Amino acid sequence: MKLNRRAFIGTAAAAAGTFAAPLLVRADGHAKPRVVIVGGGAGGATAARYIAKDSNGEIDVTLIEPTRTYYTCFFSNLYLGGFRTMDSLGHSYGTLAAEYGINVVHDWATGVDRDAKTVATAGGYTIPYDRLILSPGIDFVDGAVAGWDVTSQNAMPHAYKAGSQTELLRAQVEAMPQGGTYAMVAPPNPFRCPPGPYERVSMVAHMLKETNPTAKILIADPKEKFSKQGLFEAGWNDHYAGMIERVGPDFGGDNIEVDPNAMTLSIDGDVTNVDVCNVIPAMKAGKIADLAGITEGNWAPVNAADLSSKMDENIHVLGDACAQGDMPKSGFSANSQAKVCANAVRGALTGSTVFPARFANTCWSLIDTNNGVKVGASYEATDEKIAKVDGFISEVGESAEVRQATFEESVGWYDGITADMFG
Amino acid sequence: MKGVARYILAVSTVAVAAVAHADVGGDATRGEDLYRQCSSCHQIGAGAVDRVGPHLNGIFDRAAGQSEGFRYSSGMERAATGGLVWTYESLDAYIEDPRSLVSQTRMSFRGFDDQQDRDDVLAYLRLFSDNPRDIPESAPTAVAVDHEVAPEILAIVGDPAYGEYLSGECTACHQISGAASGIPSITHWPSEDFVIAMHAYKDGVRLHPVMQMMAGRLSNEEIAALAAYFEDIE
Repeated sequence: MKLNRRAFIGTAAAAAGTFAAPLLVRADGHAKPRVVIVGGGAGGATAARYIAKDSNGEIDVTLIEPTRTYYTCFFSNLYLGGFRTMDSLGHSYGTLAAEYGINVVHDWATGVDRDAKTVATAGGYTIPYDRLILSPGIDFVDGAVAGWDVTSQNAMPHAYKAGSQTELLRAQVEAMPQGGTYAMVAPPNPFRCPPGPYERVSMVAHMLKETNPTAKILIADPKEKFSKQGLFEAGWNDHYAGMIERVGPDFGGDNIEVDPNAMTLSIDGDVTNVDVCNVIPAMKAGKIADLAGITEGNWAPVNAADLSSKMDENIHVLGDACAQGDMPKSGFSANSQAKVCANAVRGALTGSTVFPARFANTCWSLIDTNNGVKVGASYEATDEKIAKVDGFISEVGESAEVRQATFEESVGWYDGITADMFG
Repeated sequence: MKGVARYILAVSTVAVAAVAHADVGGDATRGEDLYRQCSSCHQIGAGAVDRVGPHLNGIFDRAAGQSEGFRYSSGMERAATGGLVWTYESLDAYIEDPRSLVSQTRMSFRGFDDQQDRDDVLAYLRLFSDNPRDIPESAPTAVAVDHEVAPEILAIVGDPAYGEYLSGECTACHQISGAASGIPSITHWPSEDFVIAMHAYKDGVRLHPVMQMMAGRLSNEEIAALAAYFEDIE
């Protein structure tokens, strides 16, 4: 049988009937269904754009995002390495407002009333919704690294939310004395962008190799292994031999204490004076998910088919904040999840066709100039989770031409996904 | 294909020699080999038609953006409006680095760095911009098919609306605008070319791991739907 969209409607209507039924009651008696989205990153901006684009004005879309210029966390390591400018990572919401009719509210979401189906903002507004999509990214677990909290982030930056923290970290690396030590406290699983800390080490090493070649990099890591480990370690050996030392849990990498005033890092009681200390604490879902009462532990569990909260069918959670199964927490994943969610939300609110969920992720990392590697996988929705179907990873020992092509591909991906997010 | 060039050269030595040879110092036979890098997008020779890119017959001294019926990128249209003409010099610059000459061109070819390579390719193209192009016996010298796909698969008529939904998996990387920077454009491909390319990934003939993974779980009908959507995308 030829399967196309119309055939799918016929064959899948019974099975997917849950999603196809339009919502009859609108919030606040509003003429159109209302979708409110909190968080304007890879998940939220994509969801807003796709719902607005595909509903052709049938749905009112409000996007709540405090920043007027959004700096992508993905590719921010390349800024540290000198391969991108900060300006090139910044994106405005102007096109989403002007061309897609999205109501972009620059404000902090401070609470969710699930009974009234409203979102409160720091600016004092109460915004009603029929469906709420939360894509708040990550926050840090209090007390995850002994001696560190958010008040010490200027002395020991996390730089895991792009922008001023990223600029601060780069300035600190540039100011290191010759032969000084850059330390990184790596986070435990799960966390945003599994290869991110190790790409960062590569980029800092690249920078130091050019300006401060006798400097050292020390990684305290609570994990036994990490994403693309073989590729990174081979790359570090080839390009930054003798510069990088990683201390895993076997040698105390999971027993860390820092002193931001003294600029020391203690690994299993062994105190080291450092010049820069990049503390990336354990992570949890962005605070609004907790405030909405839809978290379990540090993350918000969701149903794989439509990213709806397991605790509230009218709330969906995207990207880093959700516990969905096998997908890594990445911008690509959030973008992929957003499209599935947008399709499901639109179907629920207008009766439009809901297609089967499909997910994919690819993650590129830069090791040195024109030396890119990648990993990726495809996924499907099961009753239990988003489950991995297939995957690939770059090989150790690839030619320079392959690595350069991989890097150039990553640049193309950046242009593609940001266009997909912001129009 | 090499035989075709040799054939053309054999019967048209005088004509080719008469064509501004001072400008065309390359080896057309070697150029035909190099042209294979172009042939998945551009046809040339008798019977050549527009495919992913416009056909290249008569390209020399033709104003840019003038192949009737071909949908050029906005970048190429701007260049055409600005008076770009495909002279030896402009073609040389274009095949060295397409985007340096025409920003936002959909031609995602990395370019020929080597001057001799460019001379050779241009010598080959030149064969089809003068008398040799009119030889009636000439067969098409470039065919976009790089992978055999069963006729019944090529005959599937895809649903562009379903393709639009499926395209969400493509647009995390490929740009709807047709712009290309490190990842090639996939807009406005002739449907057949798109289907052939996707099946080449699906069957492991084309080697890119991301595309093999993405194509690998698409059914024949879904590939046809994507092809239909991207062919006529606005």
